[in-house]
Amino acid sequence: MLLEIFSFSTLTANIDKSLHAWMAPWLAVVTELVIIGIVFLLFYAVLGLFLVYLERKVCAIIQNRIGPNRVGKWGLLQTVADFIKLITKELIPIRNADSFLFNLAPFIVIAASFMAMAAIPFAKGLHAIDLNIGIFYIIAVSSLGVVGILIAGWSSNSKYSLIGAMRSGAQIVSYELSVGLSLLAVVVFAGTMQLSAIVESQANGWWIFKGHIPALIAFIIYLIASTAEINRGPFDLAEAESELTAGFHTEYSGIKFAFFFLAEYINMFIVAAIAATMFFGGWMPFHIGHWDAFNRVMDYIPSVVWFFGKTFFIIYLIMWFKWTFPRLRIDQLLNLEWKYLLPLSLMNIVIIAFVVLMGWYFH
Amino acid sequence: MNSVIKYFTSIFKGIRSLWAGMRVTGKYFVSPGEIVTEQYPENRATLKMAEGFKGEVIMPHDENNQHHCTGCGICELNCPNGSIEIITKRIPNEEGKPERVIDKHIYHLSMCTFCELCIKTCPSHALAWGQDFEHAVYDRTKLTKVLNKPGSTLKKEGALL
Amino acid sequence: MSEEIIKNIIVREDEDYIVNMGPQHPSTHGVLRLEVCLHGEFVNYLIPHIGYIHRGIEKMSESDTYKQIIHLTDRMDYLSAHMNNEAVCLAVENALGIEVPERVKYIRVILDELTRLASHHLWWSAFGMDLGALTTFFYGMRDREKVLAIFEESFGSRLLHSFNIPGGLMHDVHPNFQKHTMEFVRYFRKKLPEYKQLLTDNIIFHNRTKGIGIMPCETAVAFGVTGPSGRGSGFACDVRKVAPYGVYDKIEFKEILHEEGDSFSRYLVRMEEMEESLNILEHVVDQVPEGDYTARMKPIIKLPEGEYFQRVETARGELGVYIVSDGKKYPYRIKFRSPNFSNLFVLNTLAKGGKIADLVAICGSLDLVIPDIDR
Ligand code: SF4
Ligand code: SF4
Repeated sequence: MLLEIFSFSTLTANIDKSLHAWMAPWLAVVTELVIIGIVFLLFYAVLGLFLVYLERKVCAIIQNRIGPNRVGKWGLLQTVADFIKLITKELIPIRNADSFLFNLAPFIVIAASFMAMAAIPFAKGLHAIDLNIGIFYIIAVSSLGVVGILIAGWSSNSKYSLIGAMRSGAQIVSYELSVGLSLLAVVVFAGTMQLSAIVESQANGWWIFKGHIPALIAFIIYLIASTAEINRGPFDLAEAESELTAGFHTEYSGIKFAFFFLAEYINMFIVAAIAATMFFGGWMPFHIGHWDAFNRVMDYIPSVVWFFGKTFFIIYLIMWFKWTFPRLRIDQLLNLEWKYLLPLSLMNIVIIAFVVLMGWYFH
Repeated sequence: MNSVIKYFTSIFKGIRSLWAGMRVTGKYFVSPGEIVTEQYPENRATLKMAEGFKGEVIMPHDENNQHHCTGCGICELNCPNGSIEIITKRIPNEEGKPERVIDKHIYHLSMCTFCELCIKTCPSHALAWGQDFEHAVYDRTKLTKVLNKPGSTLKKEGALL
Repeated sequence: MSEEIIKNIIVREDEDYIVNMGPQHPSTHGVLRLEVCLHGEFVNYLIPHIGYIHRGIEKMSESDTYKQIIHLTDRMDYLSAHMNNEAVCLAVENALGIEVPERVKYIRVILDELTRLASHHLWWSAFGMDLGALTTFFYGMRDREKVLAIFEESFGSRLLHSFNIPGGLMHDVHPNFQKHTMEFVRYFRKKLPEYKQLLTDNIIFHNRTKGIGIMPCETAVAFGVTGPSGRGSGFACDVRKVAPYGVYDKIEFKEILHEEGDSFSRYLVRMEEMEESLNILEHVVDQVPEGDYTARMKPIIKLPEGEYFQRVETARGELGVYIVSDGKKYPYRIKFRSPNFSNLFVLNTLAKGGKIADLVAICGSLDLVIPDIDR
């Protein structure tokens, strides 16, 4: 199979074998962990900077502007320059703030997003861990971030921050339900929670096509609910700048602010990556039934390209929302969840269970 | 039953209205020709500002370093915020009689509100708008300018500058 | 009425959760401080604190000649600079009994409407931004830019052009003035439907503004809320209709009125006013007669002893100029009745009991310009 050419599993297996050849087994495992950690850290930083740049360019073009264009070619180094500025800035201590929690909060937020990234299959054979409850793990871990936000809002000793944190708490607790239920739809289709198995199950067609209408509804609900979960417009109530100046991170400066900022973008990436994996087949190329010639052409495109292509398409969708819509009010936000999204996704789950039971989806 | 229908129509109406907005922004995303950003004018040599652009007040001089200002002080009187100070001196003319001429026409750019009254009221049309717009300086005193150039003299007759 | 006043008396308690919105806050659009007492997300009461940008324009005017006052009025409501100029000029002209040339009257009306459009553009942009739709800001600014380009061509400056002097205009407009105005009208007619799709029809926007901050007509009258904000409550207060000045009595145009009095109807009034301004411009641009750009004036203007009052419709409401003269070349006393001052103080009545997000929506729909409040 052509798919094998682009598989990373041979590469990772080779590395593993050679390490084991001249090291004690425990040392080899430790070395592997360190290597993976460093690779992820680098990836995280580069991805964060690139996403910030991308967002600025996308919103600029939507708004009839050019966007960053002075630092580097097409302004590519703009975010690097911004980052250097941020890390050299003063960390302003807040009087009467709970300094331990105040300093801890950004790390919790960033660690939560970092942990979630570990389980994502980036390409064929390229993930850090392939848990058999992968999707469950990601949902669980990514909602840890809200703890950081709550701590940040509470410990800042600022009224704006507190209101922002409380809003964020209410918002994430409720939207978590819809995210879980809409992802459950795909789990019901695929019959597994292991991310690699879910991707494999889409070899003959992505779930968004195979599961037709119920899957489409689940996807839309997921998109809305996850946008809300990562605090992005039109659901950015926790940092609604026209009401709360900057919400929960009003009092943060310098690198600590940068952490929040980076985590926000990485969370967007994670959400998009999950959507791509669950609904759009992850790294799986686009295949149509029995068109073998077509399918073979598609196989020539490496799986990494497929994965990132899909992910960035969904990221673009999320950005498109943000730069078009006004913000909701907190009660309307909760109305949307409890009156519309939750009943719909519950209904949807029942329909999907029925569809799967009767075998009405495309095999 | 009615309420159920209302529930679903409200959902579809909402989605339709949202889609209308997304069409607008989406249209601009795929048509980069609509970009309206104006870059900072770095083409100083060829830059042409609008006619009568109010950059700063200047006093035009001709090639013989001559201007039209008689030192009458009307612009100083008319300036609403004291941006202009006229310092005159007396020098003897050809007949030997002392005559009042302008020594320094001091202009405080930092206080000027660009109201155009000095230019309009000057009886000998000695003042005009300059096109320079880059007024940022590190020291406030640099914004105080002497409009008549050193060694310049009054142009008695001839066309306006 | 007295009950109304008692209802509005604010009693501060010690355990009130006070949040200071401003003097530096993204949604107060200037140095306004709102002392907001919150109960969770709800607003218990709010007290506006003004004076952060007080420059004493009225006092300064007492030592300026009538020509010099003009450039100070620019700096009150900087988005209606032209109308502010015009108010003082009309007051002085009426006091002296000067008839300004027809050309001046027509050009002033064109400038009135262009300024109104530019101001409404900015309001639309900022209102969208207050509600979190950041793209509206750039679309509004993009279209406003075209108006400012017309201003720059004719007056050399874009915002504070001090173009009026008592008796007429500072100088004649650029030869291309009418042509470019027409081009703008055609351009903006094409862009206006986008505003509708992006915000007016948007369901989130409806939810954020409909039924929010309802101001009954009586409240509007009681607080003296004029301009589009008052007309959103059905208070027919358009000075262009009530006491026409310039050539407004010769032009046919609609006074936009909406009865509901909520933020959405204030929004609609402004949107429809933009369309009406385009109609007026289309109607007037070709009718500008040739002639002088200023009447013959003495170099030093002295008003005869007495009191003079003139009001004009700015983009935000009714601006009144009250001049007391003792026959000298400086006014004895000058007082501006600025629309934003009255429009601000209705805020407590409207926002009480609502949420913080509603407060922002109401603030945006009242379209406040802070320097005009403080003067
Ligand atoms: S610039 Fe004109 S008004 Fe001023 S002193 Fe000279 S001649 Fe008089
Ligand atoms: S433009 Fe106005 S403020 Fe400036 S110097 Fe002339 S009179 Fe004074």
